[in-house]
Amino acid sequence: MAAFGSLCLIIALALAAYNLLAGAVALRLLATGGQARISPERLADTARRAGIAGFVAVTMAALALLWSVFTNDFSLAYIFEHSNRALPGPYKFAALWSGQEGSLLLWAWLLATYGFVLRLTHKHDVKLYAYAGTILAAIQVFFLAILNFAAPPFALLPSFLAGGGIPDDGNGLNPLLQYPEMVIHPPMLYLGYVGFSVPFAFALGALMMRYPGEKWIRITRNWTMVTWLFLTVGIFLGMHWAYAVLGWGGYWGWDPVENASFMPWLTGTAFLHSVMMQEKKGMMKSWNVWLIFSTFLLTLLGTLLTRAGLVSSVHAFAQSSIGTWFVTFMGIVLAVCIFTYVLQHSHLKSEHHIESLVSRESSFLFNNLVLLVACFVILWGTLFPILSEYVVGNKVTVGAPWYNVVAVPIGIFLLLLTGVGPLLPWRATSFKSIRRNFVLPVIAFWVTVIICLIAGARPWVDGAFDTGHFYALVAFSVAAAVMTAIVSEFLRGAGVISRQTGRNVFSATYLLTRRNTRRYGGYLIHIGVVVIVIGLAGAAFNRNVESEMGLHSKMSVGPYTLECVGFTQDSNLNYNSEYALIDVYRGGKRQFQMTPEKRVYLITGQPQTMVAIHSVPSWDLYVVYEGSNPDTGQPIIKAFLNPLVGWIWAGLAVIVIGTVIALVPSLSPATASVRVPARVAPSEPALKGGH
Amino acid sequence: MRSLLQWWAEKRPSRAKAHGDSAAVTYGLKPVMAWMKLSPFKAIRVAQAGLLAIAICFSLGATDAGSRYTDLNHRLMCTCGCAEILGECNHVGCPNSTGELNELKDGIAAGQSDKEILNSFVGKYGAVVLAAPTGHGFDVVAWIAPFAVFAAATLGTILLVRRWSVGKTQIAALDTAAMDPAAREIREKIRRETGDDGGF
Repeated sequence: MAAFGSLCLIIALALAAYNLLAGAVALRLLATGGQARISPERLADTARRAGIAGFVAVTMAALALLWSVFTNDFSLAYIFEHSNRALPGPYKFAALWSGQEGSLLLWAWLLATYGFVLRLTHKHDVKLYAYAGTILAAIQVFFLAILNFAAPPFALLPSFLAGGGIPDDGNGLNPLLQYPEMVIHPPMLYLGYVGFSVPFAFALGALMMRYPGEKWIRITRNWTMVTWLFLTVGIFLGMHWAYAVLGWGGYWGWDPVENASFMPWLTGTAFLHSVMMQEKKGMMKSWNVWLIFSTFLLTLLGTLLTRAGLVSSVHAFAQSSIGTWFVTFMGIVLAVCIFTYVLQHSHLKSEHHIESLVSRESSFLFNNLVLLVACFVILWGTLFPILSEYVVGNKVTVGAPWYNVVAVPIGIFLLLLTGVGPLLPWRATSFKSIRRNFVLPVIAFWVTVIICLIAGARPWVDGAFDTGHFYALVAFSVAAAVMTAIVSEFLRGAGVISRQTGRNVFSATYLLTRRNTRRYGGYLIHIGVVVIVIGLAGAAFNRNVESEMGLHSKMSVGPYTLECVGFTQDSNLNYNSEYALIDVYRGGKRQFQMTPEKRVYLITGQPQTMVAIHSVPSWDLYVVYEGSNPDTGQPIIKAFLNPLVGWIWAGLAVIVIGTVIALVPSLSPATASVRVPARVAPSEPALKGGH
Repeated sequence: MRSLLQWWAEKRPSRAKAHGDSAAVTYGLKPVMAWMKLSPFKAIRVAQAGLLAIAICFSLGATDAGSRYTDLNHRLMCTCGCAEILGECNHVGCPNSTGELNELKDGIAAGQSDKEILNSFVGKYGAVVLAAPTGHGFDVVAWIAPFAVFAAATLGTILLVRRWSVGKTQIAALDTAAMDPAAREIREKIRRETGDDGGF
């Protein structure tokens, strides 16, 4: 199977190289009107078919690796390092992306899949798709070259090559990765990372061929939105994994690898907003092209940070020396982008006309400004330790306190724009209009400030000013204002439909959304962001207690009293585990039982916590079995009360729903009926709705 | 709430009219001041009083309390390689965090200042033990750069908007007269073909 997999990868590389070369030659001939023994159209079609065949070859390679995992073929170094016989089936599947070589193969396979779909749908615009397909082939050549020469997933175990036998068992999967989310979090994140290759290929292709108009944006819009959704879901699944597995009570630690996934999300979000300016007004063409170029480069940087060990990270599961390959490829991509832009920038001349500083156009500009500054801040914080070491020879830590000071205010400003932007009309607005749209949000803001202060969410703790509490207060209040603004937009539109059609408000809201899915789907996404921010702000009020708990010992956190009623053990082929049985009381009544767990994996001997979480809208009760005190032998239990965490996951659900709605085509506008003379039979095209 | 808003909508224009302020629907504070019957001097006083009230509100209870321990353990990192804030490190069997926290408690108990305690940690574990760059030397760049970039980007955006801003009348003129009819026709054709189903 190793030989078969390696052969598939070699064939895939040859096909991708042919796709690139034949595609480039064909497009060059088409552009210059040159002659060749084969017509450029036919040559381009052979390149397209090579891309489709390449998808089959990479799929075969991925299946070969999966086959090797499931058949415990420990003669392969990758399988030996990342799997073992007792590993449950889903995690064997996850072993595909738990290491360097496998995750690069996953990247190549996803890219081949995206390319496969793109090449099958090429009839939308044959020439543009040919450009995009050729650019995707170039990216594929890079990944397949790494897989063939730098990080081969089918490499044999050195001891096996030296004449030793095949080991009986493998080293097993990192315990941190043995969690259900790890089966879907990396593929989602990769779908997002790799997916941005497609709009990048279209943007670069459109620029190379001086594509007229904005149709390429329309073609790539759904690609970009789906990709953005995958990346969003991937990031949040990663947050949930960190929350449920790492056992520190948090979900975001500003770790370099977390930051690496967040940066392309920020530029991708900026792109999704600013392309509307290009579609509507023909503005910001150069800006949009560079936004998507930057997003693609940041996805490569993210992979580099994850895989090359450039910065120290808690996520550094798979590090190797492929950094040079990535840096070189990023340099080539940047050079191609700059060269193409310089050569073709006259094609991107835009008509830039804005009537007023207070307008939708300006809000989009400021939205892009804030998103890009946020991206810069995160990049700066991520790379500053390297810069500091390079400049003054002194490595420093840039952790949460720095981000709280620098990034959180920017986030709150962005949240504010989330509410303000949609309320501003295109072109210009008047004081009357501003007053009409903003009175309720401003009232909501101040009412929330007062309610929060009364409820105890004050910006001081134990008599001292607390930055976290202050930001939380501001975030709650701005969130209330933004939510009011967006909901009032829905109600205003629904009110008009309700008056016109007599429908109730829910039916009218549904019809309003169906009539302009993109707009109201977008508003729903904004609501999701607001809900998430409320959840994030809750972290300022986290509480925790830690105690050694013998049998029937008690401890309290918030309104709950925890009583330890027993300990038990379990064992399977993969790990031994210890559970604490903890009864939870509230108001003197027993509510439920929690069973935090500590596992020790047999193959590696590594310990791992499995946190018990009881989630309600107001908070999560989060209990960790930390192990036993070596001095007293007593079990140590740590309990957290984390307010509003559930809102974060609920907000993600709203974002998913909003994005799906935005992807659905809007209802066609109502058409007036035309009276047809009785003697004239309607033509067939007219019956079919054609012209 | 509805009646309050109705009162707002009905009352405001009549008050502005009563003051002879025909420019009620304009930008700026003038119509607000007119509506509130305020002279500029009184308006400044009202604003000052408002800010003072907010300051008092936020500083209520702001007395010195013994939260140094929490504050300091959130300014330090655990050194075991878990990349967590010292005060939040709780992973199973951490070999370092308990010792570091004890050192911190000892430092506070010995009456050391924050600076002395942090310096002793840096001396023992290196600069990476601090959770954020300091405010000295090259570290200052870490703090300044984000705000400088934000300020420069904001300024640039404002200048860009001003440069692109041509006003309503000029926009109308550009839309109709300034553009070559053939180019206008092509643009309209492209916009028709590329469609427009709304967006925001």
